[in-house]
Amino acid sequence: MSGPDATAAHADDHGADPHAPDGVGFHATLKDYLTGFVLSVVLTALAFWLVMAKVLPGAGITTLVILTLAVVQIVVHVIYFLHMNARSEGGWSMLALIFTLVLVVIALAGSLWVMYHLNHNMMPASPQQMRNMP
Amino acid sequence: MSAPADLQKLLLGRLTWDAIPLHEPILVNTLIVVALGAAVLVAAVTRYRGWGPLWRDWITSIDHKKIGVMYIVLGIVMLLRGFSDAVMMRLQQAISFGGDLGYLPPHHYDQIFTAHGVIMIFFVAMPLVIGLINIAVPLQIGARDVAFPFLNNFSFWMTACGAALVMVSLFVGDFARTGWLAYPPLSELAYSPDTGVDYYIWSLQVAGVGTLLSGVNFITTIVKMRAPGMTMMRMPIFTWTALCTNVLIVVAFPVLTASLALLALDRYAGTHFFTNDAGGNPMMYVNLIWIWGHPEVYILVLPVFGVFSEVVSTFCGKRLFGYASMVYATVVITILSYLVWLHHFFTMGSGSAVNSFFGISTMVISIPTGAKVFNWLFTMYRGRIRFEVPMLWSVGFMVTFVIGGMTGVLLAVPPADFVLHNSLFLIAHFHNVIIGGVVFGVMAGITYWFPKATGYRLDPFWGKCSFWFWLVGFYFAFMPLYALGLMGVTRRVSHFDDPSLQIWFQVAAFGAFLIFLGIVSFLIQLVVSYLRRDSLRDVTGDPWNGRTLEWSTASPPPPYNFAFTPRVHAQDAWHDMKAHGYVRPTGDFVPIHMPKNTAAGFVLAVLSTVCAFALIWHMWPLAAASFAALILAAILHTFNYDRDYHLPAEEVARIEGDRTRLLAGHG
Amino acid sequence: MAELTATLGGDAADRARFYVREHHSEAPTLLGFWLYLMSDCLLFACLFACYGVLGRNYAGGPTGAELFDLPTVAVNTALLLLSSITYGFAVLEIQRNRRGSTLAWLAITGLLGAGFVGIELNEFAHLIAEGNGPRRSAFLSSFFTLVSTHGLHVSFGIVWLVTLMIQVGRRGLIAANKRRLMCLSMFWHFLDLVWIGVFTFVYLMGVLP
Repeated sequence: MSGPDATAAHADDHGADPHAPDGVGFHATLKDYLTGFVLSVVLTALAFWLVMAKVLPGAGITTLVILTLAVVQIVVHVIYFLHMNARSEGGWSMLALIFTLVLVVIALAGSLWVMYHLNHNMMPASPQQMRNMP
Repeated sequence: MSAPADLQKLLLGRLTWDAIPLHEPILVNTLIVVALGAAVLVAAVTRYRGWGPLWRDWITSIDHKKIGVMYIVLGIVMLLRGFSDAVMMRLQQAISFGGDLGYLPPHHYDQIFTAHGVIMIFFVAMPLVIGLINIAVPLQIGARDVAFPFLNNFSFWMTACGAALVMVSLFVGDFARTGWLAYPPLSELAYSPDTGVDYYIWSLQVAGVGTLLSGVNFITTIVKMRAPGMTMMRMPIFTWTALCTNVLIVVAFPVLTASLALLALDRYAGTHFFTNDAGGNPMMYVNLIWIWGHPEVYILVLPVFGVFSEVVSTFCGKRLFGYASMVYATVVITILSYLVWLHHFFTMGSGSAVNSFFGISTMVISIPTGAKVFNWLFTMYRGRIRFEVPMLWSVGFMVTFVIGGMTGVLLAVPPADFVLHNSLFLIAHFHNVIIGGVVFGVMAGITYWFPKATGYRLDPFWGKCSFWFWLVGFYFAFMPLYALGLMGVTRRVSHFDDPSLQIWFQVAAFGAFLIFLGIVSFLIQLVVSYLRRDSLRDVTGDPWNGRTLEWSTASPPPPYNFAFTPRVHAQDAWHDMKAHGYVRPTGDFVPIHMPKNTAAGFVLAVLSTVCAFALIWHMWPLAAASFAALILAAILHTFNYDRDYHLPAEEVARIEGDRTRLLAGHG
Repeated sequence: MAELTATLGGDAADRARFYVREHHSEAPTLLGFWLYLMSDCLLFACLFACYGVLGRNYAGGPTGAELFDLPTVAVNTALLLLSSITYGFAVLEIQRNRRGSTLAWLAITGLLGAGFVGIELNEFAHLIAEGNGPRRSAFLSSFFTLVSTHGLHVSFGIVWLVTLMIQVGRRGLIAANKRRLMCLSMFWHFLDLVWIGVFTFVYLMGVLP
């Protein structure tokens, strides 16, 4: 469902950025898309290769590296595909994104931390037994 | 099995005549009363030819002022249901000692406390708060409506339909017996096989969609549609709290949606998220639901902090003390509210490191709230205080909420919480802050903005009656519960063996009776005010000598709010305009761009409700068909590009001319 | 008529101080949609959190290493990434106001998306046929839910894309349609972004011991 907007009809014609028509806060370029695409392909291929070819010595280090690659690729997507910059919507897009990411980290890290402690304290079984409890 | 029986099972799922509780006299009587009341209402609307205006001017309205009023009506109606549940519980607990089992068997009592909590939080407090935000915020920022008027209408109907589903559960099937958060494993299929938890899940999912979209709507409105010159730090403080509230809605409600969806998957698809077997973990639900649950209580309370800021500054004739620190405190509370959730389950064994972190964060979050209380007190200091009804509610709040907040800090200490968790002390604490905070704040806000919404003030005498009954009634109803909790009495219990406890419960029941009188006084106030509306008329649009832009408009405002968008130069923009000799424009009007009313929101909400009902009763063909219809209707709605019109300048001139004559006639 | 020529309150400077004669606020649609996407971020965060907590609870059943076919996942990832760039090409055509080529790139994007969903459904069908459906264990419950929530979003995106293609076909690249296409653009790229999390956190890490 797309949201209708009552004030739209006039708004686009007045004071819109000539380089960013139709109330859109950015101007997409072929260069942006191609750069983003190439970077994404490289980062994706790298991650898959590291895991499938078992390149690094341990699961722990592999996990760390592919998670880092994922974060970098997410940033690539945000900049080159979503055209995020500090100016769009007067800075509110960036603020909303940062705030959301902080809360995502809190929810994810918090849940993992809390649940790890709950499981550790309240379940007498070993992790191996726990995984295979029917 | 015979073919007709198979067909019936396919089409009607598990819905049978047994679902109607003809063997429960309380419910049968309620059903009769409700049916009679509904018949009277329908007859009255028909008699006064009200269906057309009801449809055209209210149900399909995308005007934020009308939608706000509808939210408040919904909240008040559901308050009556939620409060009836409270009275039933108080009565049961006052008499059920030793050999006397009371009049409510446990399986009925359990539904009552579950419904009481669900209704009060989701269908009383939320609609009332969102209703106030709807009425006031666009006017306060000098806007003509919200950013997405159609979505606003849709949001309201989704909330109302969620409430309707809960009400239907009273007469068709059972409601959940799990408490208002429906923890697994009790809420899993194995232990709650009937429709109760399903009613719970789907009514909240339907209402939750509405709330989430409201959140998106109001953030966008406040960010993008402020009048020229209204920088963030010149916004009214109620708008600030509305902004932070809606930010919390956008980031918290998805967590509720996800948690309920996962529970629904466990119940419908046999997954193992929160089951006891196959690797499920019920505590993950508890964890997730409180990640939503704590921000939710701040969603309820932040708007009323804003109401009190507006009311105190208006009725003390002074600008709010420490505007900037109020803003910072609100923002800090918004962020911190996401860091305290574990304090709702200290006792579940997460250990000292985790408990200490969350205990400290919980204590820290009380600090900005304390700062706000000081700011209100300093605003009152050396002000010219007028003890109108909104101010009474504010002072009542300041005393009551501070007590509730202190018991909250007490509970924030994990070792203390180990003794008091799930005791009546906890119940007393959260009712203390919700009634002292949210209810008192909503009553203040309703009284404050009622003239703006309707054109006449509420009768002050009955308002004062309502206030005193609520205030005194609250203390009688809940102070005994603090004592009982400290003595070790657990929540959600419908029968006691220790007769020495009875007197406390009887006092609490008396308190509930006083609150009942407070609610009755409020209802009388509504009727009396309507009957006396001519003598209570708000002619100028500014009955309280207000400071913010909503008071510059007529009461009630015209559909377009402002004939010309105001230009803002300072905080308390209307006060600033009055101080600089503002004269109302009486001519040279321009056409105004307005959105059209639409039935789409109502239709989509009804289709969602049919789908939800079908899912609850396992009527799979109906569920699939209504879901498909819902998607189709939504897509068809997007093909409608004809959603607005221009109000001609002559029409604006006519409306403004009426106001000019009204003002002239009253000098 | 008389009202229109009635005396105005105060002089022109006063009027300018107190109000604006004609005010147009900026179109709010894109910010509103961005905020909705932020809420969707949190929805996915919950599902990722569930997978993080429950994703190693195999209940004696198969693990990720035993079930996940990484080459297929790589193909799927490629399809989705390609569809992101083809939508980007569509946006470039929108900026040049070229309806025909916009529709062409949108169609290609939709087909790539449909391919993605098709491969995913195929993967699910195999797993379920082998008895490794979402009921088998908490690991599989959270796997199926997270991946199919993403897949459902993509499916809704395809429905939306087809609807927009019809609307652009009928009314052209008017302002309202451009706004809607920009919203879908944000949605589509956002889904590719979530997929980065899925293939890393679920598939690649799921295969590791």
